[in-house]
Amino acid sequence: MAIALLADIHSNLEALEACLAHARSRGVERFVFLGDLVGYGADPAAVVEIVAGFAERGAVVVKGNHDAAIARRDGYLNEAATAAIEWSRTALSPGHREFLESLPLIVREQDACFVHGSASMPERWNYVDSAGAAETCAQAAERPYTFCGHVHDQVLYGEDARGRMIRFVPRPGATVPASGRRKWLALAGSVGQPRDGNPSAAYVTADLPKGSITFHRVPYDNLAAAAKIRAAGLPEALAYRLERGV
Amino acid sequence: MGLADLAPGDAVDGFAVGPCLHEGAMGKLFEVTGPATGFPMLMKVPKLGGAAEAAETLIAFETEAMILPRLEGPHAPRFVAAGDVATVPYIVTERIDGESLDRRARPLDASEIARIGASIADALHDIHAQGVVHLDLKPDNVVMRRDGAAVLVDFALAHHRELPDLLAQERRYTAGSAPYVSPEQVRGSRSDPRSDLFALGVMLYELATGELPFGVPRTFAGLRDRLWIDPAPPIAHVPGLHPALQEIILRCLEADPARRYQSASHVAFDLRNLEQVPLTARSHKRQRVGLAGQAMRWWRARDLADLASSAARDPDAAPVVMVAVDTMHPDDPRQPDLQRVTSRILSLSREFRLICVAVVSAPIGGTASTERDVQVEHRIRLRHWLAPLRVEAERVSMHVLEGTDPGAALVEFATLNNVDLIVLGAPAPDERALAWWRSVASTVTANARCSVHVVRRAAGSGPAGGEEGPAPGPD
Repeated sequence: MAIALLADIHSNLEALEACLAHARSRGVERFVFLGDLVGYGADPAAVVEIVAGFAERGAVVVKGNHDAAIARRDGYLNEAATAAIEWSRTALSPGHREFLESLPLIVREQDACFVHGSASMPERWNYVDSAGAAETCAQAAERPYTFCGHVHDQVLYGEDARGRMIRFVPRPGATVPASGRRKWLALAGSVGQPRDGNPSAAYVTADLPKGSITFHRVPYDNLAAAAKIRAAGLPEALAYRLERGV
Repeated sequence: MGLADLAPGDAVDGFAVGPCLHEGAMGKLFEVTGPATGFPMLMKVPKLGGAAEAAETLIAFETEAMILPRLEGPHAPRFVAAGDVATVPYIVTERIDGESLDRRARPLDASEIARIGASIADALHDIHAQGVVHLDLKPDNVVMRRDGAAVLVDFALAHHRELPDLLAQERRYTAGSAPYVSPEQVRGSRSDPRSDLFALGVMLYELATGELPFGVPRTFAGLRDRLWIDPAPPIAHVPGLHPALQEIILRCLEADPARRYQSASHVAFDLRNLEQVPLTARSHKRQRVGLAGQAMRWWRARDLADLASSAARDPDAAPVVMVAVDTMHPDDPRQPDLQRVTSRILSLSREFRLICVAVVSAPIGGTASTERDVQVEHRIRLRHWLAPLRVEAERVSMHVLEGTDPGAALVEFATLNNVDLIVLGAPAPDERALAWWRSVASTVTANARCSVHVVRRAAGSGPAGGEEGPAPGPD
């Protein structure tokens, strides 16, 4: 069965809806949300509403650092992010905030581990941004497959004959064979705030029994999402990022 | 685990196992029969054992099982089936009806080397275009089909642009591969198609001289020597060798990939047109550089440190562009447009090969001498057509094709030479006078295997030959 993995939605309703529709059109029935549902964007309530609906039907949802920051101030966030979090607090209902606060940091299933930052000390929000960090994370995950967000790029790390993690940048749309006999770590990219120069939303689908992972990029109305950020009075830089994908 | 004890007479997943054809360090090859594929088949079974290298062998095996089904065309064995790696690891492919290159007596004469070399370069161009770098090219891994086409086998160490490369950090080379490995592979690069051109250079050197340019290194330090060692020029072994062959071989063997050919299609082209290969100092070398020169090369090799990062490149970076020129009508007002568009296309690539072709209808009942006159006349017209473009001589070749069906002749010539883009002019639909050339253009557009850029004069553009008219757009 194909699963879709969505990370770093960041209150971007347009991007989320586009990815969900894209995944459903490919027969995906199971959704996993890899944290940072909120922050940066203009639709925190609508996004939390949708994801909470999935959670009620059994979807795995893990907590991201922006989700955690709704409940308490976090010194790690930059100025624009902090402004967005403070605005989001007012836009979210107590029920939404409770939902975010209730999310687990990490979820392990039979073959897969889901986490926002690194499976090694997830509460520290470390970035899996090197082969070494990938090795540490995959070891701590104790599962053949690990799926992370937090780093907004799409990267697949695979374990070689000596246990080193090899970095691979996938082509969107190309299915990558990834057999469960060795460890794999997929960074899903960001649904709601891509930063690699391509404004299209990013997410991943996987068929673990078949051992295959596919990275996707989905065009969505990023200009509408950016316009909402401006209309909400959020920092201009956050709107610009969505327009350009930077 | 596995099929370690597989023997003739056994059956695996519907394949009847025949005789064992080869047993090597990495595994065994069996002849098999089974599902009707219409061609003979081979089964490759990896040797896993308990050795420390088992994990690596398994990854190499999986690499091949992933890459072969993704390769199309006649230059790789056709993929039939693969067994589950965890339980019965095997790969069944087409068994090529032909002879592997290591069986060839050598040295060979120039025309035979050129023919075989061009076929291998065609095969490399084909797999490179599909995003694959072979990385273990050697005579045992090249099989010549009976029709002369080269087939590359054993993709266990290959790299595919769209697959994770779990061999990225491996540095082991078997003794059989060591003579052919490129300097950048020694430094850890595994994604540069130009590495295969270095191996091709070693094979051509071997075919021409019977010798290996860098010997058979036994140690890793020995492998590194090729970063700076200047190989003896092939002419030192074979005094009468065609200078163009030496030029091609030594260019393939440049330690710095940037100084080699940038595309296998360019190598194939030069091997097919030895007389048109521009000769540089490489072709005149009689001996390797002296002591001071070797010291200089050693010093410079330090700058090649970043070879390891020589990455997969834009596949369109070194295109072969073919421009078809209507030399029957040299004064046609379209000619400046065609020249301008060609020039602009070439300006997009730092490294390209331009093939200028004139097509003339075959003289009916002409004598040999008048045919030669026709050839000479049109070649001169081509040269004059080309002159304003100021393209360096080593990037251009000129050809006059004769035939009653010029469209088909152009398509065939383009296919043979791995052309990436054909540029040609075409009259607008309302220009009746040049209907002949219009039908050539439509034949080429419909039948070419590559991209075709049809140049028309923009409506309402200036007087004939004018340089200021708006740029004609692609068709």
